[in-house]
Amino acid sequence: MALLSASEIGKVAARHPALFKRSFAQRFTGSLVAAGIALYLVFAWWFFSIGTVLSNGNWDIAGNYLADWVSYEVRPDVEFAESHLVISYPRFSPLGENPQPGWVTTERAVVERVVNGPDTSKGSGGGQDSSFGSLLGPVGGDTAPAAEREPAATPESPERGPETVREEEIVRTVVEIGPTAAIDIRPGRVTVTRGTEILDVDIVRNESVIPRAPLPAWAQQRATGGKIIVSFGFSGRAEIESDEVKIRHRFWGWENFVFDTNSPFWGKSFGEVVSLIAAGPRLVPEISNFALAVNNILYNAEWQHADVWIKLLQTIVMAFVGTVFASLLAFPLAFAAARNITPNFFANQVFKRLFDFLRSVDMLIWALFFTRAFGPGPLAGISAIFFTDTGTFGKLYSETLENIDDKQREGVRSVGAAPAVVQRYGVLPQVLPVFLSQSLYFWESNTRSATIIGAVGAGGIGLKLWEAMRTNQDWENVAYMVVLILIVVFVFDNISNFFRQRLMEGSSRS
Amino acid sequence: MTATMTATPLSETGHLVERHWRELAGRRRMYTLLGFGVFIAAMTASLWFANETNAGKFFDRLPYFFDFISMLVPRDGWEVWRAMFDLPSPHFDGSLKFDYPEGRVYLTETLYLPEYFYKMIETLNIAAVSTLIGFGAGFLLCFLAARNLVANRWLRFFVRRFMEILRAFPEIVISGFFLAIFSLGAVPAMIAVTIHTIGALGKMFFEVVENADMRPEEGLRAAGGNWTERVWFGIVPQVLPNFLSYGLLRFEINVRASTIIGAVGGGGIGEALRLSISRGHEAKTLAIVLLLFTTIVVVDQFSAWMRKRLVGSQAFEFGRGA
Repeated sequence: MALLSASEIGKVAARHPALFKRSFAQRFTGSLVAAGIALYLVFAWWFFSIGTVLSNGNWDIAGNYLADWVSYEVRPDVEFAESHLVISYPRFSPLGENPQPGWVTTERAVVERVVNGPDTSKGSGGGQDSSFGSLLGPVGGDTAPAAEREPAATPESPERGPETVREEEIVRTVVEIGPTAAIDIRPGRVTVTRGTEILDVDIVRNESVIPRAPLPAWAQQRATGGKIIVSFGFSGRAEIESDEVKIRHRFWGWENFVFDTNSPFWGKSFGEVVSLIAAGPRLVPEISNFALAVNNILYNAEWQHADVWIKLLQTIVMAFVGTVFASLLAFPLAFAAARNITPNFFANQVFKRLFDFLRSVDMLIWALFFTRAFGPGPLAGISAIFFTDTGTFGKLYSETLENIDDKQREGVRSVGAAPAVVQRYGVLPQVLPVFLSQSLYFWESNTRSATIIGAVGAGGIGLKLWEAMRTNQDWENVAYMVVLILIVVFVFDNISNFFRQRLMEGSSRS
Repeated sequence: MTATMTATPLSETGHLVERHWRELAGRRRMYTLLGFGVFIAAMTASLWFANETNAGKFFDRLPYFFDFISMLVPRDGWEVWRAMFDLPSPHFDGSLKFDYPEGRVYLTETLYLPEYFYKMIETLNIAAVSTLIGFGAGFLLCFLAARNLVANRWLRFFVRRFMEILRAFPEIVISGFFLAIFSLGAVPAMIAVTIHTIGALGKMFFEVVENADMRPEEGLRAAGGNWTERVWFGIVPQVLPNFLSYGLLRFEINVRASTIIGAVGGGGIGEALRLSISRGHEAKTLAIVLLLFTTIVVVDQFSAWMRKRLVGSQAFEFGRGA
């Protein structure tokens, strides 16, 4: 490759002064703009104190919330009683009333405990039954304290004062968390296995939690003797406290998505449900099984399918009706606002400023106003979209009208047609496809806006989303609604694109 | 018209054409009517449904509509300005309604920014930061999604779907999620608006890039430029004005979006407006509406002027990409 000599380089440079001798502004505008943006971002960092906000964020909660989108937790609590264990589940456990999950195995044995006399309630009531069981001997438990004392007093007359009852209780439970981890709980002792590592913890009831060996990396104890938090990654975590072990076991999926735990169909396989609906005996005498199943699905307490779908329909209706009304009103007004159609400066200005006003008062403001006026619900949303979009459409339509080809109009006018006919045959064929295409585009984008303004009270799925998010518990419901919204937006996007393409093809052919 | 139609008998083929045309027109008319019927039915059903599921019924509420407007009338004409500039009000009775000076943001000992101006600046900054970051990210992504620059179908496909998801994901969910992490404030709003902006701008950008003139790029390819050089020197200079103009349009939209997100917990003027409307503070509400309206008009005018300078007078519609 031949190198250029200095004079040749000079000649080339002289031939292209625009490239080689640029003014100061030309040379440095780019870097100055970049520096300005960088400075501005630094200012914004300070202005919103983004650093502090980011560092104060509850990042560990974020992981849990995200996991909640696609999974759920079952939360058994294992409480240490005097010499046995009590396993309890929260009231609305995804496993329904009285859950007996396969991953919790228990060992039962007869134990004795002191009960305050007058207070003979459920506990000793159960004890009466198990005192008969005690005659059969311990049930598979080897750690049960020997039954020394005589059987409790006659079940018929509970006695006054403290007494000792003997009953069959849980004395050991093994909770399997995923395939490799398990928590083995006995009174006074908890053993956690994760993979090959084992953590042994001694518990002094209501006093302290003491690990036998240094804690592995997946366990944490803030204060000596305080609670130990054990993490099993995605599959869950456990808090070992001196009075109970709280277990959070996480499973993939949306729990009870079809039937909630109160439904008679709950927990049945698909085949069982189908056969019940097809040929089974009526579960509830009043209505058929099919109606019952549909009812149970729609009014699923956790997922509220019927409500979610109605709210989603509201959002769709808000966008649809709002856009249609706005188009219908903007259509005649745009003709009055276009300066080539209505050659009246005053009328043009009035309508154009009206459009600007409607557009510039934000959709949020309209939504808040109409929520006050009509009460929360889709009417407020429709009105907000209608007002904002009348402005938007009016502006777009009148601009389209001002850009039309005047020859067609002249042609129609030259044959002596009436003014209305001139518009119909000279103008409308040119602009109608464009109008429709603009409306269709906004129909799709309004579906998204309707979701947002819903949250300020204008009805629809937005409000429901907002409520679900505010509890910080129902992220799986949020995920469900987001999926529905995404589907709707996707479908509408495609419908709107399909029609717009057809319209554009039609208008370019004619 | 009928008088001039002389009844010349049509030939055989003429009849055929005539019949076909009639059939075609008839079918077309039928489709139009059918479509119209479906449309009317859908409208009626929608309106009925909306009215039925609303908290207040349309015709029941309509008479009270103007009551609400009359509730917005301030005590006297100066009240709005006092509320806007945080001046003490003669109606002050210890309630939140007239406590205008409370909200002052002092810059120095005596110089203060009125509360709503400060909030408006906050909202504008949310919009500006999100637009800038979204612009940058959209800029980086759009070249990977353009058919004329990236031969790999899968890369294009993934980048496009990614941007689509960013765009369609409801902003309110993003802001709600980050509100749960960061608690109330502007950062969740910023993140939400930014994420949406990346998707929206990225889509418009790659459409611009696909329509770019490929001759400069070919020249650079002939001179042995690598991909980055070809894009940077061949494509970017011709698309940049369009990009900037789309960015400005997005800024307009983002000012509105950050107001709305603000109303649902993102801070800024939106929140102030929602609170003042729901508490029935007429002068404050009017002051905020006035301020917001003016700001939006100014931003729109500024951006329209800039866009005109950038891309000339070629029409620039909303509906073309967005």
